[in-house]
Amino acid sequence: MNNIAGRPLNGDVEDDDEDEANDDGLEAWERAYTEDRSWESLQEDESGLLRPIDTTAVHHAQYRRRLRALASNAATARIQKGLIRYLYIVVDLSKAASERDFRPSRMAVIAKQVESFIREFFDQNPLSHVGLVTTKDGVANCLTDLGGSPESHIKALMGKLECSGDASLQNALELVHSNLNQIPSYGHREVLILYSALSTCDPGDIMETIQKCKKSKIRCSVIGLAAEMFICKHLCQETGGTYSVALDESHFKELILEHSPPPPAIAEYATANLIKMGFPQRAAEGSVAICTCHEEAKTGGGYTCPRCKVRVCELPTECRICGLTLISSPHLARSYHHLFPIVPFAEISPSSQNDPSHNFTNTCFGCQQSLLSQGNKPELSVSCPKCKQQFCLDCDIYIHESLHNCPGCESFRHSKSVTSSQ
Amino acid sequence: MASAPSKHYTDDISLLVVTLDTNPFFWSTFSFHFSDFLSQVLAFLNSILLLGQLNQVVVIATGCNSCSYIYDSSSNRNHASTNGTMPALYSNLLHNLDEFAAKDHQFTTDHKPPTVPSSLLSGALSMALCYIQRAFRAGPMHPQPRILCLHGSTDGPEQYVAIMNAIFSAQHSSVPVDSCYIGSNNSAFLQQASYITGGIYYRPPQLEGLFQYLSTVFATDLHSREYLRLPKSLGVDFRASCFCHKQTIDMGYVCSVCLSIFCEHHDKCSTCSSVFGQAQSDVASADSRKRKAS
Repeated sequence: MNNIAGRPLNGDVEDDDEDEANDDGLEAWERAYTEDRSWESLQEDESGLLRPIDTTAVHHAQYRRRLRALASNAATARIQKGLIRYLYIVVDLSKAASERDFRPSRMAVIAKQVESFIREFFDQNPLSHVGLVTTKDGVANCLTDLGGSPESHIKALMGKLECSGDASLQNALELVHSNLNQIPSYGHREVLILYSALSTCDPGDIMETIQKCKKSKIRCSVIGLAAEMFICKHLCQETGGTYSVALDESHFKELILEHSPPPPAIAEYATANLIKMGFPQRAAEGSVAICTCHEEAKTGGGYTCPRCKVRVCELPTECRICGLTLISSPHLARSYHHLFPIVPFAEISPSSQNDPSHNFTNTCFGCQQSLLSQGNKPELSVSCPKCKQQFCLDCDIYIHESLHNCPGCESFRHSKSVTSSQ
Repeated sequence: MASAPSKHYTDDISLLVVTLDTNPFFWSTFSFHFSDFLSQVLAFLNSILLLGQLNQVVVIATGCNSCSYIYDSSSNRNHASTNGTMPALYSNLLHNLDEFAAKDHQFTTDHKPPTVPSSLLSGALSMALCYIQRAFRAGPMHPQPRILCLHGSTDGPEQYVAIMNAIFSAQHSSVPVDSCYIGSNNSAFLQQASYITGGIYYRPPQLEGLFQYLSTVFATDLHSREYLRLPKSLGVDFRASCFCHKQTIDMGYVCSVCLSIFCEHHDKCSTCSSVFGQAQSDVASADSRKRKAS
């Protein structure tokens, strides 16, 4: 019985010759033992227990590379972002999606990641809408219409996960194009295609469809799971989207979550408009009304539309009677950090910390953690260019990814911070 | 010397981060004295530490010009009081608070501000959240964190964006923000903070009994709160205020580019200068003009 590479399974001298002669004969797991020597990075602490492998430095280096890439793209301090997005997610349900190279199958991984992406998307873009489209057997079907509630999309997706047939890129783009033509002009039109197949089964000329999408200002991005395809690359280049191919499950998760923050807006893609919105007040506890979403009587705990006075259960939503968009001020505030980003922190190398001319403290300003490693040697830390306070690496990641406030700038009244100048 | 960690963190061990309002402009004009307030708060903090051996308390002082950590029960920099007349918590906290107040005073500029300046609540919340993230990083066994804001000064509208960012981050990490507000009118920022993060907002009606309110409403850990009847939040006002007149509005217009809120229709957005109702770039309109001319 031979393995895939055609070598006999019982190892003998021939294997060693082959390995030495041709390194490509080594499987990836074998390379981990001969070249990477993963056991050497284990460490013990004082009592002899194994310490977890210190990946913080690697994690932080990756994070700073990403930040530098983002900062170089956004050359000036404030780039306009498309905050009101209408996004269609096209899920490829062709035969290729049932391949098992992603555990347990590509379809299962896609479904799980789309669910977490939808939740993260509505968290970061509360005023936007999402729709789902699937493509299989050579046709594309609209699974859910553009809507603002995450639960309905997730429920619909989880119900329809059978894979068969061929994927059709052109049909999916045609369907999305006709649906996106009906949305208001201030919205940014986007498509995210999750493509597992290596071919597309189209009824006509896909280049024409791509030109149609480009003229309608739809920004198409593709995440491939199999291999890079020219047509996907061409589509993304023409429409201004991004094309990436996932290497494994965690890379796929990273790639799909990169699409949740709003992309830089191409100026002529959406007109600026004043949108009429209502800010409903919470109904008094104990008041009884018939809600318009479930069409049954409910007591207390809802919101009253300011224009037509009907009750709605949750925000953000569109009033079913008068069509007014209803939101609350925290929903708008969720997007403010995209408009007022904080500057990346500057690195301080451990060697420059011994310089007495600069005023270096030994504790992180945010979490009071000591910035000295074992043996009282200074570790790598960062500092804010505006308030000059020092932070540890973990606070740096937390501040830039989740908090979006520099504690140093916020804690000193007379420092120059971005928001106070607004 | 160090042995394997023997701490057993159960559901009811809490890490309480307190942001203490020390704004001198507020306290000098308030009817209740800061010393009475502080004695009740110190007794409350001591009782938290007595409720469980593994409970932790961290205090951050919120001044009008700066914020700083003034007490950390788990740090090894605490030393016993010199003459033994008061618990170590009192002596350490009071000592650090004195130092902080002196430093904060140095930052005050000479000119008198027209209105009472607000405390830097956004800075204190951001520092509290960074500390709580450090507690999360310590591993799977950690106390349940929550934040308690003892606040009296009025809201500073310039801190709105920063406070909302801190609130959303707290909501994302499941950290409730409780507020005990002692000022005269209700604070909209703290009400929203407690509502969004699932904490309690309470304004004690009589400040002489502050210790009783603190120990009955705010002392319980998160796990035990489901068994208690705690003050319900009523009437959180989520309406927005318009950028032009600063009045709260029911219905308004929102700019699709920068999300500024206006109460009436304008032709141009005052924040981002985008002209409404037509394509934003001049290139597009120039092209259409050229096409019309040719």
